[in-house]
Amino acid sequence: MKLHALQRTMARAVMQPLTRSERMQQTAPDGKPMRSYAARIIKPNDRLTSFERLEIYNRQYWFRVLSSMIEDFPGLRAVLGERRFEEMSKAYITDCPSRSFTLRNLGARLESWLRKHPNWAGAKQDLAVDITRLEWADIEAFDGRDEPSLGPEDLSGAADADVQLKLQPYLQLLSLKYPVDDLLLEVRQDDEDTDFASNAFQEKRKRKRVQAVAKLKPQPIFLAVHRIDDSVYFRRIEAEEYRILKALHAGKPLGEAIELGLRKTAIAREERAAAVQQWFQNWAALGWFCKL
Amino acid sequence: MPANRFNGFTEYGIGIGLRAPHYNHILTRKPVCDWFEIISENFMIDGGRPLHILDQILEQYKVVQHGVSMYFGSAEKANREHLRRLKELVKRTKTPWLSDHLCWGSVDGRYTHDLLPMPYTFEAAKLTAQKVREVRDFLEVPLAVENVSSYAEFHVSEMTEWDFLNEVVERADCGILLDVNNIYVSSQNHSFNPFDYVNGVPAERVAQIHIAGHSKYRKYILDTHDHPVIDPVWKLYERAIQRVGHTATLLEWDDSIPSFQEVHDEAMKADRFLSATLLATAV
Repeated sequence: MKLHALQRTMARAVMQPLTRSERMQQTAPDGKPMRSYAARIIKPNDRLTSFERLEIYNRQYWFRVLSSMIEDFPGLRAVLGERRFEEMSKAYITDCPSRSFTLRNLGARLESWLRKHPNWAGAKQDLAVDITRLEWADIEAFDGRDEPSLGPEDLSGAADADVQLKLQPYLQLLSLKYPVDDLLLEVRQDDEDTDFASNAFQEKRKRKRVQAVAKLKPQPIFLAVHRIDDSVYFRRIEAEEYRILKALHAGKPLGEAIELGLRKTAIAREERAAAVQQWFQNWAALGWFCKL
Repeated sequence: MPANRFNGFTEYGIGIGLRAPHYNHILTRKPVCDWFEIISENFMIDGGRPLHILDQILEQYKVVQHGVSMYFGSAEKANREHLRRLKELVKRTKTPWLSDHLCWGSVDGRYTHDLLPMPYTFEAAKLTAQKVREVRDFLEVPLAVENVSSYAEFHVSEMTEWDFLNEVVERADCGILLDVNNIYVSSQNHSFNPFDYVNGVPAERVAQIHIAGHSKYRKYILDTHDHPVIDPVWKLYERAIQRVGHTATLLEWDDSIPSFQEVHDEAMKADRFLSATLLATAV
């Protein structure tokens, strides 16, 4: 068998989902018995059959990718519950296997996949999509590019309506239906507290999480996921701020961005200039603007 | 022999794998350590904390890059985005040499994120060597390929693992990162004499050595990097050092990571073997 054909044959078996008891399936990807599929390419030895040797790799693959999902999406796991999250992760990875050299990108397609498969979250679909978006934004903000920022003093001459302002590449802007920032912070705090906790304590934590998810009510929020001193923070912003920042991010000139941001505002006309000035001061102080 | 064209003519001693749980200790206590090995993929990013930590480490320590997903043995072309990011990192670290595994792990653009074993065939050796050459030419840095632990062998294999390694490195004219723990693990899983392997590699091509711990199961051994190095692996290391001389040595500890001091103490056990070779050379 040629190299490419052999690798394709082995990879199909390695990436095939495990059984419920975390063993390799008895049926191969080609529908034939896995024993003969494995025996075709892999030698047995005096301790292990071809099936058992292939199974080592099959199990390692799934343990690795599922661990990565658990690490990257603890919030979604809290929303769906541990078992459902694991089943969903298996389905997602089967549909969207990694196409990147790094596991960091494994969840890149999860939001769009979840939208196409609402059965996994059911009634909690909006919540599941929101928390997935937040967790992916967190990953992007953590190691996204940063450029020398412009401070408030650099912006003092930027009153021209035609001027363009660039946002830091790591800055993520989200419009969400649920206040999932609070939920994610709570989940993370729990994880830190219970790293070395007893089984009883972990059960209690699980119940607490179910309650936290159940009591979460829809409440539209706008969020900037950003970075200060290499740590990621979630900052709630006003709808107007979100719209202005999105417009700037899309490359709109300053004047047009402000106009778009204030188009549906409830802020009194006489207070708008002061509000806009304050927002720009805050954003500049946070280092969100950088050179074009 | 230790300083050779495959490790950039360097004379590095004992190093440790740079891992996140030790960042704070290293940056605040500044422990003595000859060099650190980084996993390239952890730093092939656009910005943020990992790169800022790396820059601080680079100010004070020597750093060598080690990769886990180049997949020299995959029967598909190298990922251009991977190469571009890797080259950026090489410029940042100025690594004197760079290593990755003699294995495959992706097919048709899908990644398993595992170090899958090669079929030891001439066709595979030729393709792998060609890819090693292409990567080295692009990165413009000496390359060393590392032997992996394996749990399966293929019917199509035409030679031993060490003959395959030799075939690849001769064709590619590259170095070897000799992992003596991996040799031990595979020898137990495939019932061969690990000393035949150590004695069978071209000593003049060994750029670096890896040592590590592993986990023993009832029917096989798994390369887990979560234990101290066991005596039989030290014996292989001793033999390797006798053959290749005082060579840059790195202790890998990737899971259940203990304190920096504990990892460092374990790594420094290699010093008695390295010192013996220096003594022999002096005499």
